[in-house]
Amino acid sequence: MNGVFSFFILGGIFVAALNGKLDSITPAVMASTESAVQRAISLMGIVSLWLGVARVAEASGLIDRMSRIIAPLFAWLFPSIPKGHPALGCILMNLSANMLGFGNAATPFGLKAMKELQKLNRHPDTATEAMCTFLAINTSGVTLVPATIIALRASAGSKNPSEVVGTILFATICSTLAAIALDYVMRILNRKRSFWG
Amino acid sequence: MTGEMSGFSWVIPFIISAVFLHGIIRKVRVFEVFVEGAWEGILMAIKLIPYLIGIYVAIGIFRESGAVDLMVKVLYPMVSFFEVPADALLLSIVRSLSGPAALGMMLETFDAHGPDSFIGRLASTLVGSNDTTFYIIAVYFGSVGIRKTRYAIPVGLFADFVSFVASVYIVRKVFG
Repeated sequence: MNGVFSFFILGGIFVAALNGKLDSITPAVMASTESAVQRAISLMGIVSLWLGVARVAEASGLIDRMSRIIAPLFAWLFPSIPKGHPALGCILMNLSANMLGFGNAATPFGLKAMKELQKLNRHPDTATEAMCTFLAINTSGVTLVPATIIALRASAGSKNPSEVVGTILFATICSTLAAIALDYVMRILNRKRSFWG
Repeated sequence: MTGEMSGFSWVIPFIISAVFLHGIIRKVRVFEVFVEGAWEGILMAIKLIPYLIGIYVAIGIFRESGAVDLMVKVLYPMVSFFEVPADALLLSIVRSLSGPAALGMMLETFDAHGPDSFIGRLASTLVGSNDTTFYIIAVYFGSVGIRKTRYAIPVGLFADFVSFVASVYIVRKVFG
Protein backbone atom coordinates (compact mmCIF):
# COMPACT_ATOMS: atom_id res chain seq x y z
CA MET A 1 0.00 0.00 0.00
CA ASN A 2 2.89 2.34 0.72
CA GLY A 3 4.14 1.87 -2.82
CA VAL A 4 0.75 2.48 -4.40
CA PHE A 5 0.14 5.57 -2.26
CA SER A 6 3.55 7.14 -2.92
CA PHE A 7 3.28 6.31 -6.60
CA PHE A 8 -0.06 8.10 -6.89
CA ILE A 9 1.11 11.23 -5.11
CA LEU A 10 4.66 11.55 -6.45
CA GLY A 11 3.79 10.25 -9.92
CA GLY A 12 0.78 12.56 -10.06
CA ILE A 13 2.76 15.66 -9.10
CA PHE A 14 5.53 14.72 -11.52
CA VAL A 15 3.10 14.28 -14.41
CA ALA A 16 1.30 17.50 -13.44
CA ALA A 17 4.61 19.36 -13.64
CA LEU A 18 5.26 17.90 -17.09
CA ASN A 19 1.76 18.81 -18.27
CA GLY A 20 2.00 22.31 -16.81
CA LYS A 21 -0.95 21.58 -14.55
CA LEU A 22 0.69 22.25 -11.17
CA ASP A 23 -1.69 25.18 -10.50
CA SER A 24 -4.70 22.89 -10.33
CA ILE A 25 -3.14 20.44 -7.83
CA THR A 26 -3.66 22.54 -4.69
CA PRO A 27 -7.39 23.14 -5.18
CA ALA A 28 -7.80 19.43 -6.03
CA VAL A 29 -6.07 18.45 -2.78
CA MET A 30 -8.27 20.80 -0.73
CA ALA A 31 -11.45 19.51 -2.35
CA SER A 32 -10.36 15.90 -1.82
CA THR A 33 -9.79 16.27 1.92
CA GLU A 34 -13.17 17.87 2.30
CA SER A 35 -15.05 15.16 0.45
CA ALA A 36 -13.12 12.47 2.38
CA VAL A 37 -14.32 13.81 5.74
CA GLN A 38 -17.86 14.37 4.46
CA ARG A 39 -17.91 10.81 3.20
CA ALA A 40 -16.73 9.40 6.54
CA ILE A 41 -19.40 11.30 8.44
CA SER A 42 -22.18 10.21 6.12
CA LEU A 43 -20.93 6.64 6.61
CA MET A 44 -21.12 6.80 10.35
CA GLY A 45 -24.86 6.25 10.58
CA ILE A 46 -25.20 3.33 8.24
CA VAL A 47 -22.10 1.48 9.46
CA SER A 48 -23.26 1.89 13.05
CA LEU A 49 -26.67 0.50 12.14
CA TRP A 50 -25.09 -2.67 10.73
CA LEU A 51 -22.63 -3.21 13.50
CA GLY A 52 -25.52 -2.75 15.95
CA VAL A 53 -27.59 -5.38 14.15
CA ALA A 54 -24.53 -7.65 14.03
CA ARG A 55 -24.08 -7.37 17.78
CA VAL A 56 -27.71 -8.36 18.35
CA ALA A 57 -27.26 -11.39 16.06
CA GLU A 58 -24.19 -12.41 18.01
CA ALA A 59 -25.73 -11.91 21.47
CA SER A 60 -28.88 -13.84 20.60
CA GLY A 61 -26.87 -16.83 19.39
CA LEU A 62 -28.01 -16.42 15.78
CA ILE A 63 -24.45 -16.53 14.43
CA ASP A 64 -23.72 -19.59 16.55
CA ARG A 65 -26.88 -21.30 15.29
CA MET A 66 -25.98 -20.64 11.66
CA SER A 67 -22.54 -22.14 12.22
CA ARG A 68 -24.12 -25.37 13.43
CA ILE A 69 -25.98 -25.76 10.14
CA ILE A 70 -22.78 -25.80 8.12
CA ALA A 71 -20.80 -27.92 10.61
CA PRO A 72 -20.78 -31.16 8.52
CA LEU A 73 -19.27 -29.32 5.57
CA PHE A 74 -16.44 -28.12 7.76
CA ALA A 75 -15.69 -31.59 9.02
CA TRP A 76 -15.03 -32.47 5.38
CA LEU A 77 -12.91 -29.39 4.67
CA PHE A 78 -10.72 -29.79 7.74
CA PRO A 79 -10.08 -33.53 8.15
CA SER A 80 -6.96 -32.93 10.25
CA ILE A 81 -8.86 -31.22 13.09
CA PRO A 82 -10.27 -33.68 15.65
CA LYS A 83 -14.07 -33.69 16.00
CA GLY A 84 -15.35 -31.28 18.62
CA HIS A 85 -12.03 -29.41 18.84
CA PRO A 86 -12.52 -25.73 19.83
CA ALA A 87 -10.70 -24.65 16.64
CA LEU A 88 -13.69 -25.83 14.58
CA GLY A 89 -16.11 -23.67 16.57
CA CYS A 90 -13.92 -20.59 16.09
CA ILE A 91 -13.54 -21.23 12.36
CA LEU A 92 -17.31 -21.64 12.04
CA MET A 93 -17.96 -18.40 13.93
CA ASN A 94 -15.37 -16.56 11.84
CA LEU A 95 -16.70 -17.76 8.50
CA SER A 96 -20.36 -17.17 9.35
CA ALA A 97 -19.56 -13.65 10.54
CA ASN A 98 -17.80 -13.19 7.19
CA MET A 99 -20.74 -14.62 5.26
CA LEU A 100 -23.08 -12.16 6.91
CA GLY A 101 -20.74 -9.37 5.92
CA PHE A 102 -19.68 -8.41 9.46
CA GLY A 103 -16.03 -7.94 8.55
CA ASN A 104 -14.86 -6.56 11.88
CA ALA A 105 -16.82 -9.01 14.01
CA ALA A 106 -15.10 -11.85 12.14
CA THR A 107 -11.49 -10.95 12.98
CA PRO A 108 -11.55 -11.80 16.72
CA PHE A 109 -12.95 -15.27 15.93
CA GLY A 110 -10.33 -15.72 13.21
CA LEU A 111 -7.47 -14.90 15.56
CA LYS A 112 -8.90 -17.28 18.16
CA ALA A 113 -9.16 -19.98 15.50
CA MET A 114 -5.48 -19.54 14.62
CA LYS A 115 -4.54 -19.83 18.28
CA GLU A 116 -6.45 -23.12 18.56
CA LEU A 117 -4.98 -24.43 15.29
CA GLN A 118 -1.50 -23.57 16.50
CA LYS A 119 -2.04 -25.92 19.49
CA LEU A 120 -2.40 -28.78 16.98
CA ASN A 121 0.74 -27.72 15.10
CA ARG A 122 3.87 -29.82 15.52
CA HIS A 123 6.10 -27.28 13.70
CA PRO A 124 5.19 -23.94 15.32
CA ASP A 125 6.88 -21.76 12.67
CA THR A 126 5.23 -23.55 9.74
CA ALA A 127 1.59 -23.33 8.64
CA THR A 128 -0.47 -26.53 8.89
CA GLU A 129 -2.78 -27.80 6.16
CA ALA A 130 -5.83 -26.80 8.18
CA MET A 131 -4.44 -23.26 8.57
CA CYS A 132 -3.87 -22.95 4.83
CA THR A 133 -7.39 -24.19 4.06
CA PHE A 134 -8.86 -21.81 6.63
CA LEU A 135 -7.01 -18.82 5.15
CA ALA A 136 -7.87 -19.88 1.59
CA ILE A 137 -11.59 -19.77 2.40
CA ASN A 138 -11.26 -16.67 4.57
CA THR A 139 -9.31 -14.53 2.08
CA SER A 140 -11.54 -15.46 -0.83
CA GLY A 141 -14.34 -13.89 1.21
CA VAL A 142 -17.51 -15.96 1.21
CA THR A 143 -20.12 -13.21 1.40
CA LEU A 144 -23.84 -13.98 1.49
CA VAL A 145 -24.94 -10.53 2.66
CA PRO A 146 -22.51 -7.77 1.66
CA ALA A 147 -23.93 -5.42 4.30
CA THR A 148 -21.11 -2.87 4.14
CA ILE A 149 -21.25 -2.58 0.34
CA ILE A 150 -25.04 -2.17 0.39
CA ALA A 151 -24.73 0.48 3.10
CA LEU A 152 -22.06 2.39 1.19
CA ARG A 153 -24.02 2.25 -2.05
CA ALA A 154 -27.09 3.56 -0.25
CA SER A 155 -25.14 6.44 1.26
CA ALA A 156 -23.76 7.30 -2.20
CA GLY A 157 -27.32 7.71 -3.48
CA SER A 158 -27.82 4.45 -5.37
CA LYS A 159 -31.37 3.86 -6.62
CA ASN A 160 -31.08 0.18 -5.78
CA PRO A 161 -28.23 -0.41 -3.33
CA SER A 162 -28.78 -4.16 -3.06
CA GLU A 163 -28.81 -4.88 -6.81
CA VAL A 164 -25.21 -6.12 -6.58
CA VAL A 165 -26.02 -8.91 -4.12
CA GLY A 166 -26.42 -11.40 -6.96
CA THR A 167 -23.23 -10.46 -8.81
CA ILE A 168 -21.21 -10.49 -5.57
CA LEU A 169 -22.62 -13.90 -4.68
CA PHE A 170 -21.64 -15.28 -8.08
CA ALA A 171 -18.10 -13.86 -7.97
CA THR A 172 -17.52 -14.88 -4.37
CA ILE A 173 -18.69 -18.45 -4.99
CA CYS A 174 -16.38 -18.73 -8.01
CA SER A 175 -13.36 -17.46 -6.09
CA THR A 176 -14.07 -19.54 -3.00
CA LEU A 177 -14.46 -22.73 -5.05
CA ALA A 178 -11.24 -21.87 -6.89
CA ALA A 179 -9.45 -21.32 -3.56
CA ILE A 180 -10.71 -24.63 -2.13
CA ALA A 181 -9.74 -26.49 -5.31
CA LEU A 182 -6.23 -25.02 -5.51
CA ASP A 183 -5.74 -25.53 -1.77
CA TYR A 184 -6.64 -29.19 -2.24
CA VAL A 185 -4.22 -29.62 -5.16
CA MET A 186 -1.41 -27.84 -3.30
CA ARG A 187 -2.03 -30.02 -0.25
CA ILE A 188 -1.59 -33.21 -2.31
CA LEU A 189 1.50 -31.83 -4.10
CA ASN A 190 3.03 -30.77 -0.80
CA ARG A 191 2.51 -34.14 0.82
CA LYS A 192 4.63 -35.78 -1.83
CA ARG A 193 7.53 -33.46 -1.10
CA SER A 194 7.41 -33.38 2.68
CA PHE A 195 5.94 -34.75 5.87
CA TRP A 196 4.54 -31.64 7.58
CA GLY A 197 1.50 -32.21 9.80
CA MET B 1 -35.00 -0.50 -13.83
CA THR B 2 -32.23 -2.90 -13.15
CA GLY B 3 -33.91 -6.12 -14.20
CA GLU B 4 -33.89 -9.33 -12.22
CA MET B 5 -31.53 -8.09 -9.52
CA SER B 6 -34.04 -5.61 -8.12
CA GLY B 7 -35.77 -8.56 -6.44
CA PHE B 8 -33.09 -8.39 -3.78
CA SER B 9 -34.58 -5.27 -2.20
CA TRP B 10 -36.37 -7.45 0.39
CA VAL B 11 -33.03 -8.74 1.70
CA ILE B 12 -32.27 -5.86 4.06
CA PRO B 13 -35.70 -5.51 5.73
CA PHE B 14 -35.81 -9.30 6.09
CA ILE B 15 -32.41 -9.52 7.79
CA ILE B 16 -33.11 -6.69 10.19
CA SER B 17 -36.47 -8.07 11.28
CA ALA B 18 -35.19 -11.65 11.52
CA VAL B 19 -32.24 -10.61 13.70
CA PHE B 20 -34.35 -8.50 16.04
CA LEU B 21 -37.13 -11.08 16.27
CA HIS B 22 -34.59 -13.76 17.12
CA GLY B 23 -33.04 -11.44 19.70
CA ILE B 24 -36.39 -10.71 21.35
CA ILE B 25 -37.31 -14.40 21.47
CA ARG B 26 -33.95 -15.15 23.07
CA LYS B 27 -34.60 -12.39 25.63
CA VAL B 28 -31.65 -10.30 24.51
CA ARG B 29 -31.84 -6.66 25.65
CA VAL B 30 -31.89 -5.78 21.98
CA PHE B 31 -31.70 -2.01 22.22
CA GLU B 32 -28.79 -1.91 24.63
CA VAL B 33 -26.87 -4.53 22.69
CA PHE B 34 -27.63 -2.70 19.46
CA VAL B 35 -26.31 0.59 20.86
CA GLU B 36 -23.16 -1.16 22.02
CA GLY B 37 -22.51 -2.46 18.51
CA ALA B 38 -23.40 0.87 16.93
CA TRP B 39 -20.70 2.52 19.02
CA GLU B 40 -18.23 0.28 17.27
CA GLY B 41 -19.56 1.65 13.97
CA ILE B 42 -18.91 5.24 15.07
CA LEU B 43 -15.35 4.33 16.02
CA MET B 44 -14.89 2.49 12.72
CA ALA B 45 -16.05 5.48 10.70
CA ILE B 46 -13.63 7.72 12.60
CA LYS B 47 -10.79 5.26 12.08
CA LEU B 48 -11.59 5.31 8.37
CA ILE B 49 -11.10 9.09 8.07
CA PRO B 50 -7.29 9.12 7.69
CA TYR B 51 -7.48 6.34 5.09
CA LEU B 52 -10.13 8.21 3.16
CA ILE B 53 -8.17 11.47 3.23
CA GLY B 54 -5.03 9.70 2.02
CA ILE B 55 -6.79 7.86 -0.79
CA TYR B 56 -8.95 10.77 -1.88
CA VAL B 57 -5.96 13.13 -2.01
CA ALA B 58 -3.77 10.61 -3.84
CA ILE B 59 -6.46 9.86 -6.41
CA GLY B 60 -7.34 13.55 -6.67
CA ILE B 61 -3.76 14.47 -7.53
CA PHE B 62 -3.38 11.52 -9.86
CA ARG B 63 -6.55 12.33 -11.75
CA GLU B 64 -6.06 16.08 -11.91
CA SER B 65 -2.50 15.76 -13.22
CA GLY B 66 -3.55 13.72 -16.23
CA ALA B 67 -1.61 10.71 -14.92
CA VAL B 68 -4.73 8.55 -14.99
CA ASP B 69 -5.04 9.02 -18.74
CA LEU B 70 -1.38 8.17 -19.11
CA MET B 71 -1.73 5.05 -16.98
CA VAL B 72 -4.82 3.90 -18.84
CA LYS B 73 -2.78 4.14 -22.04
CA VAL B 74 -0.04 1.98 -20.52
CA LEU B 75 -2.30 -0.53 -18.75
CA TYR B 76 -4.94 -0.84 -21.41
CA PRO B 77 -3.19 -3.47 -23.54
CA MET B 78 -3.05 -5.70 -20.44
CA VAL B 79 -6.72 -5.39 -19.55
CA SER B 80 -8.17 -4.91 -23.03
CA PHE B 81 -8.57 -8.68 -23.11
CA PHE B 82 -11.22 -8.39 -20.39
CA GLU B 83 -12.59 -5.13 -21.81
CA VAL B 84 -12.66 -3.38 -18.44
CA PRO B 85 -11.62 0.11 -17.38
CA ALA B 86 -8.05 0.24 -16.04
CA ASP B 87 -9.51 1.59 -12.77
CA ALA B 88 -11.12 -1.78 -12.11
CA LEU B 89 -7.81 -3.63 -12.41
CA LEU B 90 -6.22 -1.12 -10.04
CA LEU B 91 -9.07 -1.51 -7.56
CA SER B 92 -8.80 -5.29 -7.49
CA ILE B 93 -5.05 -5.00 -6.83
CA VAL B 94 -5.63 -2.53 -4.00
CA ARG B 95 -8.37 -4.82 -2.64
CA SER B 96 -5.88 -7.52 -1.75
CA LEU B 97 -3.54 -4.98 -0.08
CA SER B 98 -5.82 -2.87 2.08
CA GLY B 99 -9.52 -3.09 2.94
CA PRO B 100 -10.07 0.55 3.97
CA ALA B 101 -8.07 1.74 0.94
CA ALA B 102 -10.26 -0.35 -1.38
CA LEU B 103 -13.41 1.00 0.30
CA GLY B 104 -12.00 4.50 -0.21
CA MET B 105 -11.39 3.81 -3.91
CA MET B 106 -14.87 2.36 -4.32
CA LEU B 107 -16.42 5.44 -2.69
CA GLU B 108 -14.29 7.67 -4.91
CA THR B 109 -15.62 5.76 -7.93
CA PHE B 110 -19.19 6.29 -6.65
CA ASP B 111 -18.55 10.03 -6.35
CA ALA B 112 -16.98 10.28 -9.80
CA HIS B 113 -19.31 8.02 -11.83
CA GLY B 114 -22.26 7.25 -9.55
CA PRO B 115 -22.95 3.95 -7.76
CA ASP B 116 -25.36 2.81 -10.48
CA SER B 117 -22.88 3.23 -13.36
CA PHE B 118 -21.19 0.19 -14.90
CA ILE B 119 -17.91 0.97 -13.16
CA GLY B 120 -19.78 1.67 -9.90
CA ARG B 121 -21.46 -1.72 -9.97
CA LEU B 122 -18.23 -3.44 -10.99
CA ALA B 123 -16.38 -1.72 -8.14
CA SER B 124 -19.10 -2.85 -5.69
CA THR B 125 -18.83 -6.41 -6.95
CA LEU B 126 -15.02 -6.45 -6.88
CA VAL B 127 -14.86 -5.13 -3.34
CA GLY B 128 -17.77 -7.26 -2.09
CA SER B 129 -16.61 -10.57 -3.52
CA ASN B 130 -13.13 -10.45 -2.09
CA ASP B 131 -11.15 -9.93 1.05
CA THR B 132 -7.84 -8.33 1.96
CA THR B 133 -5.60 -11.32 1.20
CA PHE B 134 -2.25 -9.89 2.31
CA TYR B 135 -3.66 -8.27 5.43
CA ILE B 136 -5.39 -11.44 6.59
CA ILE B 137 -2.38 -13.63 5.88
CA ALA B 138 -0.05 -11.20 7.69
CA VAL B 139 -2.28 -10.68 10.71
CA TYR B 140 -3.53 -14.26 11.15
CA PHE B 141 -0.18 -15.99 10.67
CA GLY B 142 1.65 -13.19 12.50
CA SER B 143 -0.58 -13.56 15.55
CA VAL B 144 0.71 -17.08 16.22
CA GLY B 145 4.27 -16.58 14.99
CA ILE B 146 4.11 -18.57 11.76
CA ARG B 147 6.82 -17.55 9.29
CA LYS B 148 6.62 -20.34 6.72
CA THR B 149 3.26 -19.70 5.09
CA ARG B 150 3.68 -22.53 2.56
CA TYR B 151 1.14 -22.24 -0.28
CA ALA B 152 -1.29 -19.83 1.46
CA ILE B 153 -0.23 -16.73 -0.55
CA PRO B 154 -0.42 -18.27 -4.06
CA VAL B 155 -3.82 -19.77 -3.19
CA GLY B 156 -5.08 -16.39 -1.91
CA LEU B 157 -3.83 -14.54 -5.00
CA PHE B 158 -5.31 -17.15 -7.32
CA ALA B 159 -8.68 -16.65 -5.61
CA ASP B 160 -8.32 -12.87 -6.08
CA PHE B 161 -7.66 -13.33 -9.78
CA VAL B 162 -10.64 -15.68 -10.21
CA SER B 163 -12.87 -13.19 -8.40
CA PHE B 164 -11.68 -10.39 -10.72
CA VAL B 165 -12.48 -12.39 -13.85
CA ALA B 166 -15.80 -13.64 -12.42
CA SER B 167 -16.82 -10.10 -11.35
CA VAL B 168 -16.12 -8.63 -14.78
CA TYR B 169 -17.98 -11.48 -16.46
CA ILE B 170 -21.09 -11.37 -14.29
CA VAL B 171 -21.43 -7.57 -14.06
CA ARG B 172 -21.14 -7.36 -17.85
CA LYS B 173 -23.70 -10.12 -18.25
CA VAL B 174 -26.26 -8.84 -15.71
CA PHE B 175 -25.95 -5.08 -16.15
CA GLY B 176 -24.44 -5.00 -19.65
